[in-house]
Formats: sequence, C-alpha cells, structure tokens
Amino acid sequence: MANAPLIRFDNVSKIYGKGETEVRALDGVSLTINDGEFVAIMGPSGSGKSTAMNILGCLDTPTKGRYFFRGIDVGLLTRSQRALLRRNYIGFVFQGFNLLKRTTARENLELPLIYRGESASVRKKQALRALDLVGLADRADHTSSELSGGQQQRVAIARALVTEPAVIFADEPTGNLDTARSHEIMKLLDELNLRRHITIVLVTHEEDIAAYAKRQIRFRDGHIASDQLTQKGAA
Amino acid sequence: MWWNTLQLAWRELRANLLRSLLTTLGIIVGVAAVVTVVTLGQGLTQKVTADIASMGRNLMFVLPFTPQRAGPATPQTPFKIADAEAIEREVQGVAAVAPSSIKQTQAVYGSNNWQVAVNGTTNAYFTVRDWPIAQGRMFTDSEERSGRAVCVLGETPRKELFGQQNPLGAAVRLGSTSCEVVGVLSIKGQSTFGQDQDDTILMPILAVQRRMTGSDDVQQIFVSATTAAQVKPVQDGIAALMRERRRIRPGEQDDFLIRDLQSVSSLVESTTQLLTAGLSAVAAISLLVGGIGIMNIMLVSVTERTREIGIRLAIGALERDVLLQFLIEAVVLSCVGGLLGAALGLGASAGIAYAIGVPFVLSPLVVVVAFGFSAAVGIVFGFFPARRAAGLDPIEALRYE
Repeated sequence: MANAPLIRFDNVSKIYGKGETEVRALDGVSLTINDGEFVAIMGPSGSGKSTAMNILGCLDTPTKGRYFFRGIDVGLLTRSQRALLRRNYIGFVFQGFNLLKRTTARENLELPLIYRGESASVRKKQALRALDLVGLADRADHTSSELSGGQQQRVAIARALVTEPAVIFADEPTGNLDTARSHEIMKLLDELNLRRHITIVLVTHEEDIAAYAKRQIRFRDGHIASDQLTQKGAA
Repeated sequence: MWWNTLQLAWRELRANLLRSLLTTLGIIVGVAAVVTVVTLGQGLTQKVTADIASMGRNLMFVLPFTPQRAGPATPQTPFKIADAEAIEREVQGVAAVAPSSIKQTQAVYGSNNWQVAVNGTTNAYFTVRDWPIAQGRMFTDSEERSGRAVCVLGETPRKELFGQQNPLGAAVRLGSTSCEVVGVLSIKGQSTFGQDQDDTILMPILAVQRRMTGSDDVQQIFVSATTAAQVKPVQDGIAALMRERRRIRPGEQDDFLIRDLQSVSSLVESTTQLLTAGLSAVAAISLLVGGIGIMNIMLVSVTERTREIGIRLAIGALERDVLLQFLIEAVVLSCVGGLLGAALGLGASAGIAYAIGVPFVLSPLVVVVAFGFSAAVGIVFGFFPARRAAGLDPIEALRYE
C-alpha cells in the first residue's frame, strides 16, 4: 500500500438515471495522481469535472469501475468509512468558502480536529499554527462575517490543512474572488504544495489560475480530452 | 466530543433565543403543571393526615344509623350511657370510651353571649380526643356521678365570653342553667373540614341530659383503641357487642355506624391521589404537545442548516456525530424547558400553598421525574429530525442555498 499511488481511477463511470434518460457524467475515465502533484482539472460545465471531483473527494462513489485511494477501493467502503477517509486524509476548499456562520476563524479550524478527537489544547495550538501559515494569526477571533472574501477563503484553506491531509481538493477556490485576491490564494496553494508537499487537486475554468498547477487535465463530455504537464510542471 | 457538542448546542439555542423559548414553552407549561399539581396534592394529603391525627389517636366513633330498607321509615334507636360502659367493659383493646350528648344553646356571661354546642361527656373525653386541660381541672368523680352543673370551656367561648378576665370559678348561664367554670381546654384549631374544634363547652353528661336535653339518649360514643393495630379488632368487637345489645338478628343490617378516622383519612388521600393522577395526565398531554413543538422546530432547524451539515459531513463528521449533535440540541432544549418548568411549578405551588393554607411539601422525586420525562421527550422527538440531518447527502447539502 505504501507504493500505491495516492489516487487511481480505473475505468470510472458515473451514470445518472436509467435506460433512455441515462446520463453518463463520467464515461470510463482512468487516471493516476501521485503524492506531491499539483493538478488542475478543467473543462466546460457539464464536462464531468465536478462529478470527478465529488468521487475524488470520497463524497460520492463510481457507478462502474473502481477508485483506489492509497490502494483502498473506495467503492467498497461504507458511508462512515468514507467519512473517516475524508477526516484523516482529505481537506476541502470550496468556491463559496463554506465556513460556519457566527463562528470564529479559530473555531472553524478546530471543527475537523474536534471530529478527530483532539484535546482542546492540541486543537488550539494546531488551529493557530494553520492560521499563521495562511497569514491570518491576528484574525483568530473574528467571525466569518467580519472577514473579507479573500480572508474567508484563506481561513477555509487553513481549515483544509489543519489536519495535515495527504491531499487538498479545491473546487473553484477563486470563483468568488477578484483577480488580486485570486492570485494571493493561488500563491498560497502553490507554496503549500512546494514547501509542505501537500498534493493539490484544483477545479477551475480560468486559464491563468490553472497555470499555477504542474499538470492540467481537461474533461469533455465525461471523457479526459487532454492530460499534460504545464510549463511549470515540465520545468 | 460530548462537551463540545453540548457547547455547540447551547450556542445554537442562544443564537435563536426567542424561538428556543417559544419552542420549549410547551415543555415549560407541562412540567410546571405536573410539579404544581403533585406538590399541592402532597401538601394537601399531609395537611389532612396531620389534621386527622390532631383529632385524637386511634379514634373512632359510634353513631346510630337508619339502614335503607323497604317499608315505613323506622326511627333511629339511640344509645344509652350503659352502651358506652358495656364497650369499655367488654371489648378488648379499648383505651377509653366517652359517651356524648350535645345540645346547641346560648352561653351568657355578663353582657357577652355566644351560641355554642354544649357537649355532655365524661373525663374520658379528654383522653380519647387527646385534648389536655390548659387551665383549671377536669370533672371530679362526684360531679360526674351527681351531674353537677360545672363546665370546661373551649378556647373560643372562653375568648368570646371572658376576653382578658379569668374564667375559673365564674358562673356562666347555659340556656336556663347556671354553671360554674372549672377548667379551660387547650387550643386545638380547625379540623380538616374547616370546623372550629375549640367552639365547644364540656359538661358532665348527666348534667346535660337532666338539665338541658331532658332525655337519657347518647348521640355518639367516642372510643380510642390502645394502638393503631387495635383499631380494626376494636371496631369488630364493638359491632358484635352492639348487635347483641340492640338485638339485631343474623342477616339483618346494623342500625349503627362505626367510623374511624383512618378510613376518613384514607378516603381523603385516595381522592387526592385520583385528582393528582387525573391532572397529571392532562399535564402529560401538554408535555407531549411540547415534544411535537420541539420536533417541528428541529426539523425547521435541520432544513435551515443543511449547508452547515454538508460542511460537517465533508470535513469528516460521521453520521452519528451529526445525529448526536441534533439529538443533544433537542435534549438541551427540552431539559432547559424542564428546568424552567420545574422552577416555575415550585414557585407557583409555593404561592398557591401559602394562599390556601396548605403546607408546601418539596418532593425531589417529582422534580426529578418531571425533568427526566422532559429529557425523554427531547430524545424521542429529537430523534427523527436528527436522523434526517445525519442522513443528508453531503454533496446535495453543500449545494443547498
């Protein structure tokens, strides 16, 4: 298992509906992502990239084919076992930030640690360290409504990495931000990938955002249209 | 984990304070009602029991009675002093027997007068009623034998006739009889039924029969048994003796009644219990309605917080974590309601108990049971909404606007 790639899609299909009305959101996709990669998944809406992301994040399971996460066949796991996988190995960053309302930045960060059963002192220490990493140590006691969009997204990234996951899945993380803020966020993700060797899988439809990744996978009609290294990845 | 969940639930309820309070109102009212009803019921029972004990220990009384039967009504056969003497002589376990002949009359002293029931009886009356003399003395043997016109005043006529003056040795006129006051009874207070027990004047029974009623009839006979356990056998003994003396054939009904205070007390107690049970059932229904209110608002809350649930599930909450969170929220809600309701109920029952002159009996059991019941309501009615929250699909929940 130690030698198994982080992520392996083996002929994965996701089919909604049955018979005449059946829709193949993913149609026999195979791909491998290794530890330490920085991958951008691209494609127009309806291309299957969101479906792929849900399956990658262990939120959903394939209809056909197999998805191995660190060699574990995710399709065979129960709902709770998948939740444990997310808890221990996966961090999420969403387009809409998805912080808890009326809750401070630090409490948002402590949430995944609570589910991991960490003690209050460990939680506090790790939460503050993660906030420091995203440059928001001085905003620990601000609630989400007291933070700007860029700051909220940085808190969300801190929440994703506070558990020191193997991979962070970021679904359009810059979709709600202006250009300057977007590049700040991407630089942060880039740094996390470079310095802390966290695997990052990013969904975006913006070319300049995708350019931060080392590898770009383009989806079209449920298939992989292209899979290539960027200039940065090749360098 | 538990502590965090508890804090989380508390914060969520505080954030919607008004809604939480309104939601839990049903529980508050239900618990308050149960606690009030049961507490007052217990206070009432205690008061009645204490009152009855104050009438005399192991006391019973024997009265003439006309049994219901077809044909022309037959007059009651009265008792005589000899019946009382026979009971004392022949029934085992009897401590004291006091015959009683009563005459309503006007008592006059100087310019004061007072309408009072004069009770002709014997010195045994002080024993059976457990009623000591406060001032002066009881009757002497010769006064009892000769039926001399002497009397012992109850507190009420003493106060009405004499006020601050010393009554001992004074002559009180009772109807047409002049009567020397030899003693004053101690204060007994009101009976269970609100009767002033101190409103009485005692005289030797022969004096009342000869000078006031003009007949040798005895209206009732007071009997006290030596111990509480003897009450029943003494009753049976008196019944057998009276049937014999009054020549009642086997199969015929008694033409007398024997009443003991324990049966009165248990009647009052069972009535109170029945009332308490009935009202508690009504209160329990209000708890049920309160529970449905909680379920309703928890379902609303789950819908409102769909996105939050999605976030929690995505970042690694198990189904049971979410289930627990919402269940605890419902339980906290209903327990807070239970606490407020118990406090309200105790306050209300203390106030009502004071107003109607019943002792306030704090029963921890009632509070614990009512509180436990409200917690159970929270679990039962919180489970369905919590189940629904835990079963949400994280992808759908995260997309929810």
